[in-house]
Amino acid sequence: MSVTTPAQRASSWLATSSLAQRIGSVALFIAVWQIAADAVDSRLLPSASAVLVALVHECVAGPLLFHLGITLARVAAAFVIAMVVGTAIGIVMGRSRTIDALFDSWLVLLLNLPALVIIVLAYVWFGLTEAAAIGAVAVNKIPNTAVTLREGARALDRNYSDMAASFHISRWRTLRHVILPQLYPYIFAAARSGLALVWKIVLIVELLGMSNGVGFEIQLYFQQFDVTLILAYTISFVAVIQLIEWVIFQPLERRAGRWRQ
Amino acid sequence: MTPALSAHIREKRYPRARGTKPHLALAGLSLQIAAGEFVALVGPSGCGKTTLLNIVAGLDRDFAGEVELAPGAEGRPARVGYVFQEPRLLPWRTVYENIALVLPADGADAVIGPMLRAVGLAEARDLYPSQLSVGMSRRVAIARAFAIEPDLLLMDEPFVSLDHDTVEQLRELLLELWRLRPTTVLFVTHDMREALVLADRLVLLSASPGHVVAEVPVSLERNHRHSGADIERLRTEILRRHRELIGAGADAATVE
Repeated sequence: MSVTTPAQRASSWLATSSLAQRIGSVALFIAVWQIAADAVDSRLLPSASAVLVALVHECVAGPLLFHLGITLARVAAAFVIAMVVGTAIGIVMGRSRTIDALFDSWLVLLLNLPALVIIVLAYVWFGLTEAAAIGAVAVNKIPNTAVTLREGARALDRNYSDMAASFHISRWRTLRHVILPQLYPYIFAAARSGLALVWKIVLIVELLGMSNGVGFEIQLYFQQFDVTLILAYTISFVAVIQLIEWVIFQPLERRAGRWRQ
Repeated sequence: MTPALSAHIREKRYPRARGTKPHLALAGLSLQIAAGEFVALVGPSGCGKTTLLNIVAGLDRDFAGEVELAPGAEGRPARVGYVFQEPRLLPWRTVYENIALVLPADGADAVIGPMLRAVGLAEARDLYPSQLSVGMSRRVAIARAFAIEPDLLLMDEPFVSLDHDTVEQLRELLLELWRLRPTTVLFVTHDMREALVLADRLVLLSASPGHVVAEVPVSLERNHRHSGADIERLRTEILRRHRELIGAGADAATVE
């Protein structure tokens, strides 16, 4: 027989209730969509069921999975580059006043540069290449990550660094066990907003200069005014991004935050 | 025989921070500790005791003077264990991991098990610091410092803001550990009674800028120090002989 405390019962009740709420909320959205589509009765607002049929058909018989895969690979590459480079820049700027003073205005400039300008310049200067595309997306995200991690690096607790220094803990061990755990909340914040930003910009990059990927396909169906397929591609992509949040980000964050309970 | 620690600080200044004067923390401070000796550094709050420990630990290199540590076994650099005023355990690592962090990866396990048993925390090895009581956290901090088999152990008022019984237990634990794993100890406190209970020798510091006022060996056998009356008599005598500790104005009030 398993024994549950009132607190455990309450929390599991909360979990199921929030899951039920979530499903209810999605169902409501689909219902509103279906009713609106029926009322308008135009091919410019296809019904939810039509989009679902198109989605399944494109997955099985069409090129959706191929384009989805390509786009995800670009998202992954740009995301990793932006996180690694942005984190490194952020930590260095947060630790050194001189470097911070020297490059702060560069960061502000990059932050305020419109994504479109960076993409266009990347294509003009480096051609319509894969490297230019991924680089342009990464450059859009790097200042964001750097600013977030700079905050984190500024908030590092000197007491722990002193402890590590007095016990002569190696640099690598200090980074892994003393520094990075203090930065995890900032890294997760940057990663979350980063993923959302990166995948949106990847679509624009594809639309402007690539001949495959979800962005390219959406541009194709835009020219044909095929809203059904545009929505089918969009939904598949949103679903995959949400899946990444559930399967990768949330478990990782729980793991990193275990000690707080 | 060369001393385990030989320090001569001609001057330690803190640079002028915004709106404050440059602060002279230590001036003309000389200190020598023999190998295996337990020395208590006693002085009023703010006299630069922690500053001195940080200099000895190598955390603060911005001073005029020399600090020499005798090398450890087989001529390797001296190992220094530091017990800070706050335990400074990493909250995101378990008790076991906190100690493992300061040890070489191979053989850590063989050290940590017995060490945790010695401080009575064998059951707590997989707990996070937030799950420990204040007294338990201090035990872990002490265990961590002893685990590296230090040639010099620095302790910065490790028992402040604890209740009386916990302090008593921790003092006995410290003396027991020190008896079984002998090492040189530099123990900082503002509490002269505590110093008299623990140390072989008291080094009395002046108010800021800190320098050594007097050195007082404690001849009383350690197992005769339980009597509060004996400790009290020694303390009164020291305060009578070193009136400057009382006469130092408001600061002396904190030399209890």
